[in-house]
Amino acid sequence: MSILVNKDTKVIVQGMTGRAGTFYADQGMRYGTNYVGGVRPGRGGTSHLGLPMFHDVASAKSETGANASLVIVPAPNAADAMIEAIEAELDVVVCVTERVPQHDMARVKRALNGSKTVLIGPNSQGILTPEQCKIGVMPTKEAKAGGVGIVSRSASLTSEILANCSAAGLGQSTTVGIGGDALHGIGFADCLKLFREDDDTEAVVLIGEIGGREEEEAADYLASESYGKPVVSLVVGRHAPEGRRMGHAGTLSAVGGLSAADKIARLRSAGSRIADTPPDVVTEVLAATGRA
Amino acid sequence: MLLAEYKSKELLAQYGLNVPAGRRATTPEEAEAACGKIDARKYVVKAQIAAGGRGLAGGIKFAATPSSVFDETAKLLGTKLVTEQTGREGETVNTVYVEAAEDLESQHFIALTLDPSTGAPLLIASSQGGVEFEQRARMDEGVVNSAALDGSTNISDVLAKAGISETDAISQVEAALKAFNDNDMTLLEINPFAKTKDGRWMAIDAKIALDPSAAFRHPEFESILEDQGLSTEEAEAQESNINFVKLDGDLGVIVNGAGLGLATNDMIIDTNGRPANFMDIRTTATSFDIAKGVELLLKDARVKAILLNVHGGGMTVCDTVAEGVAFAYQRSDRKIPVVSRLAGVNADWGNQILKDRKVPVEQIPDMKTAVSRAVSIAGGA
Repeated sequence: MSILVNKDTKVIVQGMTGRAGTFYADQGMRYGTNYVGGVRPGRGGTSHLGLPMFHDVASAKSETGANASLVIVPAPNAADAMIEAIEAELDVVVCVTERVPQHDMARVKRALNGSKTVLIGPNSQGILTPEQCKIGVMPTKEAKAGGVGIVSRSASLTSEILANCSAAGLGQSTTVGIGGDALHGIGFADCLKLFREDDDTEAVVLIGEIGGREEEEAADYLASESYGKPVVSLVVGRHAPEGRRMGHAGTLSAVGGLSAADKIARLRSAGSRIADTPPDVVTEVLAATGRA
Repeated sequence: MLLAEYKSKELLAQYGLNVPAGRRATTPEEAEAACGKIDARKYVVKAQIAAGGRGLAGGIKFAATPSSVFDETAKLLGTKLVTEQTGREGETVNTVYVEAAEDLESQHFIALTLDPSTGAPLLIASSQGGVEFEQRARMDEGVVNSAALDGSTNISDVLAKAGISETDAISQVEAALKAFNDNDMTLLEINPFAKTKDGRWMAIDAKIALDPSAAFRHPEFESILEDQGLSTEEAEAQESNINFVKLDGDLGVIVNGAGLGLATNDMIIDTNGRPANFMDIRTTATSFDIAKGVELLLKDARVKAILLNVHGGGMTVCDTVAEGVAFAYQRSDRKIPVVSRLAGVNADWGNQILKDRKVPVEQIPDMKTAVSRAVSIAGGA
């Protein structure tokens, strides 16, 4: 098992004919992911990387039975591509595009309202169920199948912590990058819910940072629930000077997120273990799962 | 991308908001002459820097006469203002804004941002505006009213809770919402949104953040940016696909990814070190872009050592970063020591490049050991 994607997931790529789209679709297929087609307006009826191309998402879905999409189009067109995939009612839409304007994401959020589609990203490394399905741009060499679920706002820290876990013999069920932007799709709390329901996930690693309210919402959810699985959280930016924009999402202090210290305190009191640094995460997971 | 106050007010005035009469000036003579064009009984001289907190740092001066406007401007220009939002070195004041000083009857707080959960504009309003609003709001959440304008809530409902009910005030906030949407703003803050003693509502101070990601549909953003007081290092780095925030320590850091960057600085400070910067190499950066970032560190005389902490991922691989570092060292006479911790994609290749190109590097595979070694070298150990 896993969350959101597995070996049966059928993936199309929006923007497959571009340089990045070609590269990452090819890598995903080599990893064994079930890619079934591509979308590029004007290219319907042709083929690319041996897969059929379609003018739009709706026809790609009806012809191939696709239920997921990788959106890898330039930022000015990313919102329209996400909305098209949401309107075609795909189950999972992953957008890796960076620098999508916030007001465009506001439109995407409105399209998601009442929809069953799970959006991952934008500005995300994507989602990986090791040895089954890669939709995104993350490295896979160090990924191993196993019981640790990872949900993260940072691609670099996910790679780092995943490598440490694998080296310690801890494989991963699924890793999800929720993306670094202020407005994005699925958040920490919903990923935690999915990991809780997944029998193969034994422990969850949450990688958060200053800015936004994702960690607070995750803490509220954990506090409201007898979660039943160990959660290890790392929140970075403990020493970032206030008022300077660092990291991903800048927010207004009057409505924005708490400080890293307060986020950590909330997660801790909701029952999460806390890792102070990236190398400490694996130590905490080993301890939490009775391996150390 | 934060606008200077005068830019923010120009933009709001175009949408019909009332702002105090004002002129910008870059010399005391200009400032004194500006008073002739401002219909006012007294004036205020405001330092224009791209950081908040200037009121408490002495960047706002009241002046009763044009000649004291001259004096205050002469004192402000060329000084460095250190606020909680600048580095320790502060920001140099190159421009002031001379304005009519208004007598205020009441001060409110208004802000617009996008609600992360619904995507609707989020209107925040308070009856407790003024310089100490943030402190008050932190202590008592009850002074802040906010609601997502998602169709079910009206602007006037939110404003009513903040004690604003005049039609004139409501229509100015409606105009502000239009400005917010038209210009791809990520934040519009009017504090204070005030009622003057003679009964006019106006934006006494305004802070606007534009979304740099939307620059492709706003050609005007580029010229706005040019006029802004971004520190040169930060602007230079932006052009090179690197997010660079100058801090005031002695240990330069080169890291890929915002998360790993924040984590690295946390670890340095935990180890009693002092980072000279925050760096996040964007995934689209080339080795030449990275070299530019390294050059910024090599040019900074306070930087005594560099920590390279990279986890090569799907997009930024270790050899690209190592190439960038080697390139910058080749072009610089300053050979400050480097501690490198490379992991992930092409780590061995990256390490080989650093050695082959004679970068003065200590290679330490363990992150914690690498951080403490770099801290001790920078500190002179």
